[in-house]
Amino acid sequence: MVYEVDNTEAVEMKHIISILLENEAGALSRVAGLFSARAYNIESLTVAPTDDPSLSRMTLVTTGTDEIVEQVCKQLNKLIDVVKLVNLTDDAHVERELILIKVKAENEQRDEVKRIVDIFNGHVIDMTDSTYTLEVTGDSEKIDAVLKALESITMLEVVRSGQLGMGRGNKGMV
Amino acid sequence: MELSGAEIIIECLKAEGVDYVFGYPGGAVLHIYDAFYNQDDVKHILVRHEQGATHAADGYARSTGKPGVVLVTSGPGATNAVTGIATAYMDSIPMIVITGQVPKHLIGNDAFQEVDSVGITRPIVKHNFLINDVNDIATTFKKAFYVATTGRPGPVVIDIPKDITAEKIAFEYPSTIEMRSYNPTVKGHNGQIRRAVDLIKSAERPMIYSGGGVILGNGSEQLRTFTRSLGYPITQTLMGLGAFPATDPLSLGMLGMHGTYEANMGMHHCDVLVAIGARFDDRVTGNLEKFCPDAKIIHIDVDPASISKNVKVDIPIVGEVAPILNAINKELAGSAELTNKGAIEKWWAQINEWRAQECLKYDRSSDIIKPQFVVEELYKATNGEAFITSDVGQHQMFAAQYYGFDRPRQWINSGGLGTMGFGLPAAMGVQLAHPGEMVGCITGESSIQMCIQELSTCLQYSLPLKIINLNNGYMGMVRQWQEFFYEKRYAMSYFDALPDFVAVAESYGHIGIKVEKPADVRPALDEAFKQKDRLVFLDFITDREENVYPMIPAGAGLNEMILV
Repeated sequence: MVYEVDNTEAVEMKHIISILLENEAGALSRVAGLFSARAYNIESLTVAPTDDPSLSRMTLVTTGTDEIVEQVCKQLNKLIDVVKLVNLTDDAHVERELILIKVKAENEQRDEVKRIVDIFNGHVIDMTDSTYTLEVTGDSEKIDAVLKALESITMLEVVRSGQLGMGRGNKGMV
Repeated sequence: MELSGAEIIIECLKAEGVDYVFGYPGGAVLHIYDAFYNQDDVKHILVRHEQGATHAADGYARSTGKPGVVLVTSGPGATNAVTGIATAYMDSIPMIVITGQVPKHLIGNDAFQEVDSVGITRPIVKHNFLINDVNDIATTFKKAFYVATTGRPGPVVIDIPKDITAEKIAFEYPSTIEMRSYNPTVKGHNGQIRRAVDLIKSAERPMIYSGGGVILGNGSEQLRTFTRSLGYPITQTLMGLGAFPATDPLSLGMLGMHGTYEANMGMHHCDVLVAIGARFDDRVTGNLEKFCPDAKIIHIDVDPASISKNVKVDIPIVGEVAPILNAINKELAGSAELTNKGAIEKWWAQINEWRAQECLKYDRSSDIIKPQFVVEELYKATNGEAFITSDVGQHQMFAAQYYGFDRPRQWINSGGLGTMGFGLPAAMGVQLAHPGEMVGCITGESSIQMCIQELSTCLQYSLPLKIINLNNGYMGMVRQWQEFFYEKRYAMSYFDALPDFVAVAESYGHIGIKVEKPADVRPALDEAFKQKDRLVFLDFITDREENVYPMIPAGAGLNEMILV
């Protein structure tokens, strides 16, 4: 990455970056602090320990020109807690996001909501007399599409996990 | 044998070869101070304010290349150290700052003198640690020194809760350390080095632009060989002065906002720019869109994040300056005679035309003391051999322009953060590291007052500094900008109640001399440097409205300098 000289135009693009970092107190705030200190965008950020409890895996979505994102990656790599970093954007990779939505579901709306959830391969994971709680997973476009499909329904609460990402192919990140 | 956490800290410092710790005691570090009481190997220098401790450790580090070590208490001790930590961070100075912390069970309770030191210092350190277990002290210190001194150096903070310093365990210091997440690059990429050499050899209007990284990376010898073997012109940043001798005819002096005309014109018109350990700071580049429009750029830097951060470069080489320049010098020595001799001669003729402008001339016939004159006389009085520290402002620029630095680590100033108050405590660190050597602090009446309490420390440890106070009654650089850009509305840049600096110096037990006439400048300096064991405070009453020239105004390119 260091020796790359790119000549692309200054177009802002979404990038999905995977980071392995030491599972230590303060590591997350080093990453988050870097973004605010250097005025970089952060669209979503998820982090949790991996199978190796000494490591955390973070997926971070940011937008910026290629030059800015190159700086973001270099600055992240400079953090002592960052063990490895891969910008997944340009290579084949899979992305998943999970959304939980609590919607009003009364009378004929109960069937309508159920139909929409089925179309998106989602589930109803909790219910009351007047509400459903829905779970849908997919890439961000699909999640956006679910939200659009439910536009006419009253949504009481929405929570998105932020994106997770992993490169395709037979190699692991470490 | 079991040692307490506090004793282990001392043992760690000994193992790292630390001879001085700069600090100030307080509740959370009392166990550590008690451990100091029982030994003589690591000497403790008691400052008068924690900011002074950090700057003194910083001056020690800059003048020796060894990490400076600071010890302060929790809460206000740590927050007072913040300015000094940020100063070191911006100039990549290796430093270890030990901050006391409230006992573990009180953390997060808003306890007396509690502050989140790790949180506060996070954006201004290379790394920081909060030690949770007495068993982790030794490995943490090993890691801290390793991180602070390798790669692009920087300050590391170690926050230690008080209870841990009392617990006892068996001590063992690790001989080596490995960190899976930290492996700085040392050697440059061979292919990149060959590409760089080809470009360097084909240059017709080359410029070498070297910075503080050459000094930090101990690459001064290699830089001299490189520059002299090619006979190319070289300009140095504020932080890089001394890496290449100012007295060498190949040197065009400093570049940037207050750099020389020949250096900035050379930058603007060059066709190949070799940037070495420099980071294209905004005070150097001026308007980025107008920066080096015709140049192919080679950039050697240990920090990959410095490459193409502000200016896109053509041939980046990541690694330490010294081994990379060694490799380049070897390639150059082994290659055929340069074929660009004619072009280089023409280039020098052009540069000499720019030089003939004498951009650093000033009114030498004035009967008021000119600040530039004081610096020139200081150079002569010290034979150009003194360590010089400075504060921040006009005097800093005059020092950089008129004291020709011939060796690395001789010029010590806060370039990145621009911290007023740096000069005096930094000079203390320099003098402790170099007893018997001449150490001058070029300052102004505004800057010196920001850490003037350290005059007391100087008396306690018999530090015979020479303070060159360029006293014009104004915050000179602020006033200069107000004159240029705010129609002389001098808002708050004038002190109506300055102290009698001679009396101040004397009340702290030093010698004070007030100098008001140009004819008295040299005799006063000579008298001061004759005082081998005394601090002398020289208060030079200088031209009130002298400006620093030449100057690149904001938004302009390097070829758009204002000359006198």
